[in-house]
Amino acid sequence: MQQISLLLASLPDGILLGFVYGVAAMGLTLIWGVMNVINLSHGPIISLGMFGTYLIFIKLGINPYLGLFIVAPVGLLLGILIYTVAVHRVINAPHLSSLLATFSVNMIIIGLGTAFFTTSPFNVDFNMGSVTLGSTTLLGTRLIAALAAVIVTGGLYLFLYRTRPGKNIRAVANNRAAAELMGIPSSRILALSFGLGTMLAAISGALIATFFPFSILSGGGYELKSFVIGVLGGLGNPIGALVGGLVLGILEAIIPAFLETSWVPVIEFGLFILVLLVRPNGLFGAKQ
Amino acid sequence: MRNLQKYIGIILPLLVVAALMLYPTITGKAAARETAFTILKAIALASSLNILLGYTGYVSFGHIVFFGFGGYVGFYLLSSQGMSLWVSILAGGFSSGLLAFLLGKAILRLRGAYFALATIGVNEAMRAFINNFDLFGGPTGITLNFKAYLAYGGAAKALEMAFYVVGGLAILAILMSYIIRTSKFGLGLLAIRENEDAAEVMGVFAPDAKTWAYVLSAIIPGMIGVLFFFKNGNVEPHDAFPLHASIELLVMVMLGGQGTVLGPILGAFAYQGMRGYLVTSDFFKDIQLSVSGALLLIIVLFIPAGAVGWLRQRFPILRRVLA
Repeated sequence: MQQISLLLASLPDGILLGFVYGVAAMGLTLIWGVMNVINLSHGPIISLGMFGTYLIFIKLGINPYLGLFIVAPVGLLLGILIYTVAVHRVINAPHLSSLLATFSVNMIIIGLGTAFFTTSPFNVDFNMGSVTLGSTTLLGTRLIAALAAVIVTGGLYLFLYRTRPGKNIRAVANNRAAAELMGIPSSRILALSFGLGTMLAAISGALIATFFPFSILSGGGYELKSFVIGVLGGLGNPIGALVGGLVLGILEAIIPAFLETSWVPVIEFGLFILVLLVRPNGLFGAKQ
Repeated sequence: MRNLQKYIGIILPLLVVAALMLYPTITGKAAARETAFTILKAIALASSLNILLGYTGYVSFGHIVFFGFGGYVGFYLLSSQGMSLWVSILAGGFSSGLLAFLLGKAILRLRGAYFALATIGVNEAMRAFINNFDLFGGPTGITLNFKAYLAYGGAAKALEMAFYVVGGLAILAILMSYIIRTSKFGLGLLAIRENEDAAEVMGVFAPDAKTWAYVLSAIIPGMIGVLFFFKNGNVEPHDAFPLHASIELLVMVMLGGQGTVLGPILGAFAYQGMRGYLVTSDFFKDIQLSVSGALLLIIVLFIPAGAVGWLRQRFPILRRVLA
């Protein structure tokens, strides 16, 4: 009985968090789906998103949700820059090259970030009140973050299915050579996709920063979560990533009711390996 | 003379290790031994990883899991069961090999990036599990009783001995790497690297060959783990499974030239040397990670074959000399 009330208290929180995890994973999985590159600079970009919120809210005093409109384009441009400098040359090379190229970007960002912000934790003290439903209390910041995550997902969906650049991205993901023959400038589309992927990572970081403390290194944990979610939802399937994010958020809410919290990563990564082995296309199908 | 030329591929790497082992005695500085220890450890680990990465072409992103797991098992036997260092080192190597065998049966079916992801997952799952495993001390880990060093002539003597043991393990790793490279088994691995399906058609039984390559690449890291934690006197989950150390190993192999015997040795030497310089220099110490990252990026983008691979391409005469 006690467990049930504990569940009721933590489950809604887990679901709300799951939406935000989903956005982070969507960035990773979009890049994988379009160009078969695992972006190891994903984590530091999430951290940069967090510091984006910090700088915008604390230093400039702008509302963090309005700040998203600054974080998103900066993330997009940063991603296009990373693609042009680090990824484009190794796009057709063996996986090791693109993994190491994006990891070197990871090192560069972490190194600079450490020099600027140190590795000590930061906190954005931002309160949006809370909503109480029966025995559960929902923080306003998390509700808005989940809502923003849903809007971003919807926006991505509309972009991919209703606009020309979005359709081009899907065409390049489907068959790059054929897309080029149809006159799609594939290099520019790849750069745009990478930019969108990092933009999503930055947005998720910016949202997470409104309710969790963070440091320049905290993105790494969310990067690992994104791997798990991406594999759960099927690598290359952005909508699957949102569902995978929800699964992970719910797991994180349920497990502590039965086991110690420190078992959560054991189960997460165990599940991750299991899904990779049994259904490498994910529970909801890989890229379409 | 012909014989010498034939064996220069193994003589050169062994000379490097011998020089490193003599280096502290020659300079007579205590800090020199610490530096040489780090480089020898890196050589042994990178040469082991090369068996899987360079010869077989499978990118293990979490290879440090064998270092941590073997190290934990051996260190547990050493500190809690009172076994000798030698037995513990062997046990560490054996348990890592066994882990690789069991894991290999499962995850080596995955190819390319899926395998790389799975190895990251294995490392993180193991770290999280050890964190909860009370026998191994959970999150606080295990600390060695200082008395354990007495059996080896006191702490100072034990540290000196650890240095020569790590040199011995580095030599073992290099010999293993060389023997595999020149054997028929190694040829099968190289065939898998080039084209796994074609290799199978030509009579290489890929699942077994891959598993054994994985096992062979895991044994030395397990042994090194035991020795390293013995030298440190304690082990914690955080120190045993650092994901970034896995990636540093990849960088070393890449830097020197994957798939060659000498490459990982040069790579380990160069990477550790560069890191040592950057961390201590006034100008770079704050952004040493960024500088390393930028250098790595330049190598990946412009010299993907690594130093030895580049030399072999550039000067065909060296192909006979540099294994």
